[in-house]
Amino acid sequence: MLTGAHFLDGDQAACEGALAAGANFAAGYPITPSTEIVERFAVRVPTVGGIFLQMEDELASSMAVVGATWGGAKAFTVTSGPGFSLMMEHVGYAAMTETPLVLVNVQRGGPSTGLPTLPGQGDMMQARWGSHGDYEIIALCPNSPQECFDQMIEAFNLTEEYRTPVLVMMDECVGHMTEKVVIPPAEEIKVLPRRYTTLPPSEYQPFRPGPDGIPEMVKAGDGYRIHVTGLTHDEQGYPAMDWRAQHKLVSRLVRKIRDHADRIARCEEDGLEDADVVVVAYGITSRVAQRAIQMARAEGLRVGLLRPVVVWPFPERRVRELAQRVHAFVVVEMNYGQMVYEVERCAGDQARTLLVPHGGGSVHEPEEILKAIREAME
Amino acid sequence: MAASGIRIAGFGGQGVILAGMVIGNAAAIHDGKFVTMTQSFGPEARGSSCSVQLIVSGEPILYPYLTQPDILVVMSQEANARFGADLKADGLLLYEQDLIQAESLNPRTRRYGIPATRFAEELGRKLVLNMVLVGFVTALTGLASPEAVRKAIRDSVPKGTENLNLAAFEKGLAYGQALVVDACHPAA
Repeated sequence: MLTGAHFLDGDQAACEGALAAGANFAAGYPITPSTEIVERFAVRVPTVGGIFLQMEDELASSMAVVGATWGGAKAFTVTSGPGFSLMMEHVGYAAMTETPLVLVNVQRGGPSTGLPTLPGQGDMMQARWGSHGDYEIIALCPNSPQECFDQMIEAFNLTEEYRTPVLVMMDECVGHMTEKVVIPPAEEIKVLPRRYTTLPPSEYQPFRPGPDGIPEMVKAGDGYRIHVTGLTHDEQGYPAMDWRAQHKLVSRLVRKIRDHADRIARCEEDGLEDADVVVVAYGITSRVAQRAIQMARAEGLRVGLLRPVVVWPFPERRVRELAQRVHAFVVVEMNYGQMVYEVERCAGDQARTLLVPHGGGSVHEPEEILKAIREAME
Repeated sequence: MAASGIRIAGFGGQGVILAGMVIGNAAAIHDGKFVTMTQSFGPEARGSSCSVQLIVSGEPILYPYLTQPDILVVMSQEANARFGADLKADGLLLYEQDLIQAESLNPRTRRYGIPATRFAEELGRKLVLNMVLVGFVTALTGLASPEAVRKAIRDSVPKGTENLNLAAFEKGLAYGQALVVDACHPAA
């Protein structure tokens, strides 16, 4: 394993994070600007014992990852733009079958093929709602190559803990920018093991939840005869086509995340103690917003930053608390308004919510954000 | 230190990106500064023009892109035409003097030229012209210390080519240092 300080771009750092988390399988249909993650993985993974499969398309890639997980691997795939849309089918399949996997989306400008080599944050609601049916998702949003490394490890740990697919929502800017990345020695990196059962095959039921709502796993070839399906299923894993089984299963898929939302949601905060206005921004946009906040503070404006690091589940409780005492929220995102709906919902009529949109292709100018901060102060 | 921005621009095959990687690696890893490097990823970056931007600072870097460089390094006529006007008024222009017509350079800009490609050919391999240029940049800017750059070169270049690349670096460094001395003590 690589350790020490390295000068890496976000894509390379994400690959190293996956390796540090113990990933030994990736399948993908490489697409700009995510290609470098699996390009590096394909070179690096044979040295630690593992496989990269280049598949024929995104549907096959995302399903190969599901299969690899049930075969005992720690697996991930990477994509961007139209590839993310194509993988949505299997995000739902992984949610329904409670398959741990990590999916990296290095967001580029959209819709459709859009801007392959330039950044966007237009997939944030797709991350939450992109597959059909009801489920909850976990998504993280790094703002530097260092965080690309750190969050890949966190993503693998979260997916093992909650058995739901975890999305790492990078963007082209973070993926292709090069900065110092410090990789700790392997013994200092906390890696959660899979929740394998200790029950004998005669007693094991693959979808019987533990006390926290999450069932234990087995892997193919260990002598457990199990059935894994995208159909609504009972605790034995067999199709059960009625409303009771549907309610029991799907409400648990939702609750296992919602009941732990306060534990999973994570924000970075700066200068909120005396803030009249809170800037909400995530990913690369949070850094640009921080620059605007410095400019506003220099003008004597009391403004702080709330940066969702884990964006889904949304840090609902924190926004509701802040709404009680601040004047306004300024939501800065590289789209025409997505996470702003969450902020508005939680702020209610307690505080104003302003949006600073950007279509992608570059980042905001700090001056645009500063202008909105001044407006929010009124 | 205050933030300092450098753009290195040339054409594909001149090793522009590796030059940026070496300077960035030296400043970030070996000199302990904050560095953010970005590169143009459009289709135009393959084959024809190619550029890399670095911000080097004593503070964490928030805004990732470089708009107006303090230092511009141009390695081709096309790069000069495309990026010449972006340089700050009090900025520093470094250029490959055999590949750029002197009369096309902004006459009001502080500037130093180097025949980097010729020096690399004299060392036996044209490919190392980028390391000649890295030496030149190191001599004429405070972005990274010479010792940090030497370490970064050993980290970054293909195994077996370290000595050649280091020789190219020393050539550019000495040439740049001599120019600075000349500028401080003009011949009578």
